[in-house]
Amino acid sequence: MENIQHRFGAYIKIHWKTIVFLGVVLITIGLLDQFVDSYIRRLLNLCAIYTIISLGMNLVNGFTGQFSLGQAGFMAVGAYTVAIFTVPIEARATIFYLAPMTPLLANIQLPFIVALLLGGLVSAGFAFLIGGPCLRLRGDYLAIATLGFSEIIRIVFTNTQTITNGALGIKSIPTITSLWWTYGIAIIIIVLMILLINSSYGRAFKSIREDEIAAEAMGVGLFKTKMTSFMIGAFFTGIGGGLFAALLGTVDPKQFYFTLTYNFLLIIVLGGLGSISGTVIASFVVTLGQEWLRFLDEPMAFGLDLPIFRPGLRMVVFSALLMVVVLFYRKGLMGTNELTWDFIGKKIKVIKSKFNRKKSASQGGDNK
Amino acid sequence: MVVGMTLETFLQQLINGLSIGSLYALIAIGYTMVYGILRLINFAHGDIFMMAAYFTYFGIAVFFLPWYVTFFITIVLTILLGVGIERFAYRPLRDAPKTSLLISAIGVSFLLENLATYLFSGKPQAFPNFPLMTNPINFGSLTVQPVSILIPIVTFFIMIGLLFLINHTKVGMAMRAVSVDYDTAKLMGIKINGVISSTFAIGSGLAAVGAILWCMKYPSVLPLMGVVIGLKCFIAAVIGGIGNVKGAVLGGLILGFSEVLMVAFFPALTGYRDAVAFIILIIILLFLPNGLLGKKQVEKV
Amino acid sequence: MKKMLVLLLSLALVVPMVAGCSGSSTTAEDSDVIKIGVFEPLTGANAAGGELEVDGIELANQLRPEVLGKKVELVVADNKSDKAEATTAAARLIEKDKVVAVLGSWGSSLSIAAGDVVKTNEVPAVALSATNPQVTAGNDYYFRVCFLDPFQGTVMANYASKNLNAKKVAIIQEVSNDYSVGLAKFFTDAFVKLTGDPNAIVATGNYNTGDQDFTGILTNIKATNPDVIFAPGNYTESALIIKQARALGITAPFIGGDTWETNEFITVGGADVEGAVMSTFFDDTNPLTEAGKTFVAEYKKAYPDRENIPAVTALGYDGYMMTLDAIERAGSADPKAIRDALAATVDFEGATGMITIDANGDAQKTEAIIKVVKDGKFTYLDSVTVQ
Repeated sequence: MENIQHRFGAYIKIHWKTIVFLGVVLITIGLLDQFVDSYIRRLLNLCAIYTIISLGMNLVNGFTGQFSLGQAGFMAVGAYTVAIFTVPIEARATIFYLAPMTPLLANIQLPFIVALLLGGLVSAGFAFLIGGPCLRLRGDYLAIATLGFSEIIRIVFTNTQTITNGALGIKSIPTITSLWWTYGIAIIIIVLMILLINSSYGRAFKSIREDEIAAEAMGVGLFKTKMTSFMIGAFFTGIGGGLFAALLGTVDPKQFYFTLTYNFLLIIVLGGLGSISGTVIASFVVTLGQEWLRFLDEPMAFGLDLPIFRPGLRMVVFSALLMVVVLFYRKGLMGTNELTWDFIGKKIKVIKSKFNRKKSASQGGDNK
Repeated sequence: MVVGMTLETFLQQLINGLSIGSLYALIAIGYTMVYGILRLINFAHGDIFMMAAYFTYFGIAVFFLPWYVTFFITIVLTILLGVGIERFAYRPLRDAPKTSLLISAIGVSFLLENLATYLFSGKPQAFPNFPLMTNPINFGSLTVQPVSILIPIVTFFIMIGLLFLINHTKVGMAMRAVSVDYDTAKLMGIKINGVISSTFAIGSGLAAVGAILWCMKYPSVLPLMGVVIGLKCFIAAVIGGIGNVKGAVLGGLILGFSEVLMVAFFPALTGYRDAVAFIILIIILLFLPNGLLGKKQVEKV
Repeated sequence: MKKMLVLLLSLALVVPMVAGCSGSSTTAEDSDVIKIGVFEPLTGANAAGGELEVDGIELANQLRPEVLGKKVELVVADNKSDKAEATTAAARLIEKDKVVAVLGSWGSSLSIAAGDVVKTNEVPAVALSATNPQVTAGNDYYFRVCFLDPFQGTVMANYASKNLNAKKVAIIQEVSNDYSVGLAKFFTDAFVKLTGDPNAIVATGNYNTGDQDFTGILTNIKATNPDVIFAPGNYTESALIIKQARALGITAPFIGGDTWETNEFITVGGADVEGAVMSTFFDDTNPLTEAGKTFVAEYKKAYPDRENIPAVTALGYDGYMMTLDAIERAGSADPKAIRDALAATVDFEGATGMITIDANGDAQKTEAIIKVVKDGKFTYLDSVTVQ
């Protein structure tokens, strides 16, 4: 019993501020869900979905130190599972108009939540299959192999006309609009991540990140641990992909081109490889920032008709920002730190002391 | 579904494979050299290739320079670009974890793609026509474009030249030293930065040559053209054994032939063509992790 | 310190964003401007098509800048040829910019992605050149001014069978492109029916968007010796396919769909695409209507240096004009009233022909233009009527 408690990090003390904070978050979501229009709602939903997917990626890349670039593929698996199993049966004939859906699947419809979980599980299953060969590889080889698998998944989905409807994609997926779905799941996944990272599994993950050989010497089963992390990461990503499909209402293979993975890479790099709170913050910053930078694409920005402002500039600025982060703020927003109350307290103290020092320094200057 | 194949068709497919394979090989050399020295997958290599295609396009189609001037300028500009990328995006991270370097490479690639889309628009540009190179010649019932013959020849001579450079010159020796042991090479007084810069210069120069030949054969220039080509050529380098010039050429040819032959023998599977490269990659990584011609690497503690 | 700086920077990014969103939503319909959203890919893979449609919309806007005594303002949103961006861009046009109607998008899959957004927000949208049946199917708020893929497939099958006397056809399709796969299927159905030969399609080659080497599939096709090759797909890839086919000594004529009609098809394909035949929506040398003549004249005034007038530009023009016509008939800029007026469109005189909207929201068109590339220009060849 004690062992189990220890494993699952039940020793984490829950600060009263955390409970208050969680309450505030929940109330905010409730209020937003009532009052925001569909555009903001869509953006906020995207933020939550990107948080989920980026957490899945950060678990593997940040916490376990395995540089995997297969995110787009796992997302595709989750998204297609939800799409295939939730599209209304009566709509299937019109959607699969080139070749009918395979009779094995044609009459199965699942409730959204079941399909979503299934998407996560199927995605984890794929991770199991892929992980076997890939996780024995080191560093950049792993990166290119996972990227390769993500592309293979996409190409297979393009060609399996009777299951995925090929290039035509699947539309009429029942959509979710409430913020509770995405944020509810995001919060659950954040909590799961915190528990996981602070458990003995989490320590094993981090030990592999710090030094594989030392970790192995300490008795950490390298392959098994990496596989656990990889599969949990894929599970989260699959769930994220499923929500993504349900948010858009339509999926097609082209959405899951491997460059999609770069979005999440950007998020975890900006947030800090190995920081849950960093990932959450960065998901919001990146998603909202990309939308906010849209003014760069509009020719009349600032009322000046400068030819500099034209479609495409936004992405240039965006990728330049990524380079700035990589080159000058290598640790991202949070490094491997978490936004705990202690962390905030310390930061506030540092700022205060700096402020005081400056104040006294300037006063000192006055006296002279 | 296997098409009853005549000998002609088969020979024609072999020629197709040789020509695309040699192009892969040419670009794979750039990957292999950078990897040999820095242990870095230069994700931006495919995009350097793309920029070279644009330089040539602008030289001939926009500024109406003669082709030889354009080719020269293209090679020079591409080398400057490659060396510049190393200087500003990779060198500052030399002592950082590998992951940072890899992310930086992905970042540069992303930036170049977006920059090209912004500057040159997403529309494809038509690469100028070189009738001498593209007008087909008939050998019996086989039809070949002169450029398809030129490509393997150029690749072959470049490979010979590079092998000479690596094995018989001072720079080459320094390159080999850095590749074997970075720190010791440094202690031995080898100017690491110079060696790395020249590696990037050679790699980028070859990317420029590759781009010119590629565009003669496939005359459209697009901002995202380097992505898939880059990946495939990296895979070619891995197949041959990364860090090995001969390996890169061998890998490029294997990849080119397998793609074309898959299309030839299994026409029903043509939609899966792009997956072939990745499947070969994974098989190679599983059974021959150091590639066909690579040396075994021991991980150091 | 650096980290705090980044934190502050990112806050600086987010705060005005949220503030900006909540602030602007108060400006409602009471202003004297009517906003129409233009929802097009201006970057990414479909950028070229998007730009052509925007040209037509902007030209129409210059010609008819007012309706109901109010100024019409175009709000252009780039959907980046990406579905996730497309839904956000559509939602943004509707919620933030308060547009009363949406025009676009080039690329059926992007239009389908936005379909749900316009439907739930009850703002009408007019697809310009999106030929996939799924765009308007089951969506009361999506309309279109062009014909559909089944129609286009039939037209080309007729052309191949009757005008070219083809018995054996090879198909090269862009397997990752819904448009190409759909058109290939409709063509196959129609052609097999016309010839009565179930084996009339002698070879099928698949490629992916962005591929550049097609020598493999073409060598296979050469061995089957088809009378005609049908290759619907993206213009760049198609031009390269034809070039490589000619280099391999394949002499069979190539036929394709409306996406070929871009200048890039000719600049990339050069002399090799001479004789390529495609179906399209509009012929600038022989406009069917008065509105078409006006459009051609105005286009030549606006872009004197351009030789061909792309059909999708004409469709962009028609989409805008038809929407304004609907606003006028509705007598208000209320999106729902505009929807009802659009659905009731009968015999609207567009540049591409008379447009009557049917129960599905599609323009009933029975005539397609067949063009051929001749001396580096898209030249009128024939017009085909299919009932």
